Amino acid sequence: MTVRVQIPFHLQTLAHCNKEIELAVEDAVSVASIVRALEARYPMLSGTVLDHYTGQRQPKIRFFACGEDVSLLPLETELPPDIANGNEPLMIVGAISGG
Amino acid sequence: MSIVRLLVGTRKGAFILTSDETRKDWQVDGPHFAGWEVYHIKGSQADPNRIYASQTSEWFGQVIQRSNDGGKSWEQPGTPAGEATTDEQGMPKGESNKFVYDTSEATGKPLTTHQWYDGTAHPWEFKRVWHLEPSLNDPDTVYAGVEDAALFRSSDGARTWQEMPGLRGHGTGKDWSPGAGGMCLHTILLDPTDPQRMYVAISAAGAFRSDDAGETWRPINNGLVSEYIPDPTAEIGHCVHRIDMHPSQPNVLYMQKHWDVMRSENGGESWTEVSGDLPSDFGFPIAVHAHEPETIYVIPITSDSLHYPPEGKLRVYRSRGGGNDWEALTNGLPQQDCYVNILRDAMCVDKLDSCGIYFGTTGGQVYCSADSGDNWQAIVRDLPPALSVEVQTIG
Repeated sequence: MTVRVQIPFHLQTLAHCNKEIELAVEDAVSVASIVRALEARYPMLSGTVLDHYTGQRQPKIRFFACGEDVSLLPLETELPPDIANGNEPLMIVGAISGG
Repeated sequence: MSIVRLLVGTRKGAFILTSDETRKDWQVDGPHFAGWEVYHIKGSQADPNRIYASQTSEWFGQVIQRSNDGGKSWEQPGTPAGEATTDEQGMPKGESNKFVYDTSEATGKPLTTHQWYDGTAHPWEFKRVWHLEPSLNDPDTVYAGVEDAALFRSSDGARTWQEMPGLRGHGTGKDWSPGAGGMCLHTILLDPTDPQRMYVAISAAGAFRSDDAGETWRPINNGLVSEYIPDPTAEIGHCVHRIDMHPSQPNVLYMQKHWDVMRSENGGESWTEVSGDLPSDFGFPIAVHAHEPETIYVIPITSDSLHYPPEGKLRVYRSRGGGNDWEALTNGLPQQDCYVNILRDAMCVDKLDSCGIYFGTTGGQVYCSADSGDNWQAIVRDLPPALSVEVQTIG
C-alpha cells in the first residue's frame, strides 16, 4: 500500500526531496515500517529519525498521525487506517527550537 | 603560486575560504550543509582534493560527507551519486553515518557504561563526530573521534566505520566522565615518523597513547594537575582541551588543558607546566608553528566560568621557546569589548614559508595572520559561530 509521509526541512535538504513523500509499505503500516521504507528510498536519511545504535526515536523527533501524537507508542504499533490508505500523512516533526 | 584553502565548520554549515599565498584577498564559498552543525571538516594530506566533513544535528543525528574535488561537490560515501541506493538484498546503504560501539565478546572487553556528571553509571550513547583525522598517507583511511568518547576508523573512504575498541576497553573507560561540552574524543594525532604511534585526548578523561596502531592504549597523564577533581593527579579525569605536535619532533607534545598549558618531551610519559606569564592559562586551542618546532600559540580565555578573553582583549600569545615566556600578539585584533570564545579545533597553521596562523571565533570571525602572528586581519566577520578551522596549503 502507498502511504504519505511528511519530513522536516533539514531532512528534505539532505534527501533532495519535497516535504511530502509517497512510499510503498509492504508490512503492517507503523512508524517502524514507514521509516524502513523511507530509509530504503533515501539511504542518506538512515539514522536521522531512528538512532542507528538503539533503533529508538531521536529524542527531538516526534510522530503525528491523524492529529494524534504517536511518538510514545511502540514503533511497531499499527497506525490508523487513514494513514495506511494514504488519506492522511504521517508527520515526522522536529521539536521547535530557536537558533 | 600556492593556494591556501581554509575549511571552516560552524553552527550553521561549512564554509570554504580560498586565497593565493599573499593571503590578502579571500573567496568565500558556502554555506555547505546549510543549517546543520559542522563540527569538523578536514582534508587529506595524501590527496588534498579528498575532504571529510562531520555534519551533525541534535535532531537528526550524524551525517558524514566526503568531497573528492576539493569541496566543490559532496556526497555521503555510503551513497555515492549515481549508484543504486540499496544493496543486492535491498537493504539501504547509508552505512557511512553508522557509528555503532563494539560490544562484542570477541574484543574481550565489552563496555556499556561510563560515569555520568553525578558519578552514576551511564550507558554509552553515540551523539556526534567531533573530529575527523585523515591518515597521513592513505586518502581512504580516516579516524573519527566521537561523543560519547570512542575512536572509530574507516579504511574505505568513510563508507563504513569500525570502532577501535582497545581504547574504551583498556581498563579506565568505566570511570570516564563528561566535561561541560560532553564526553568527546576531540584530538587525534598521528606520529609521522612512526605509523604505530597515535595519541588521542578526551574531555574529561585525559590523554591516551597507542604504540600498536590503535590496537591497545594507555593513559599518559603523569604530571597533569587538575584541582577541580577529587584526586588532582589521578591517572584519568583530566579535562584536556587540545594537544598538538610538530612533525619534526613528534615526541614533543603541547597541551592546552582546562587550566594549564603543558609540555611533554617524551611522547606524553610525563608533562610539565609551561603556562609561565600568560594572563590566563585557561583556553581551548593550541598550535605549533609550521617551521619552528618550539614556537607555539595559545589564546587565553578568562576562566572556566567566563569563556571570553581577559579584559575583553583578543590576544594570541606566542612562545618561541616552547612555553613559559609568552608575548601577546594584538596587531589587528580587537583590544576592547571583545567577548568571543575560540574553540579547541578552531586554530591552525599553514605551511607557506611565511607561516600563516588562523583562528575562528564564536562570534563568527575568522582571523588570519600571514606573518607568524605579528599582524592579523579578519577574513570574514559575520559567519555563524566557528566550531573548527583547518587549512590546506596546496601547490
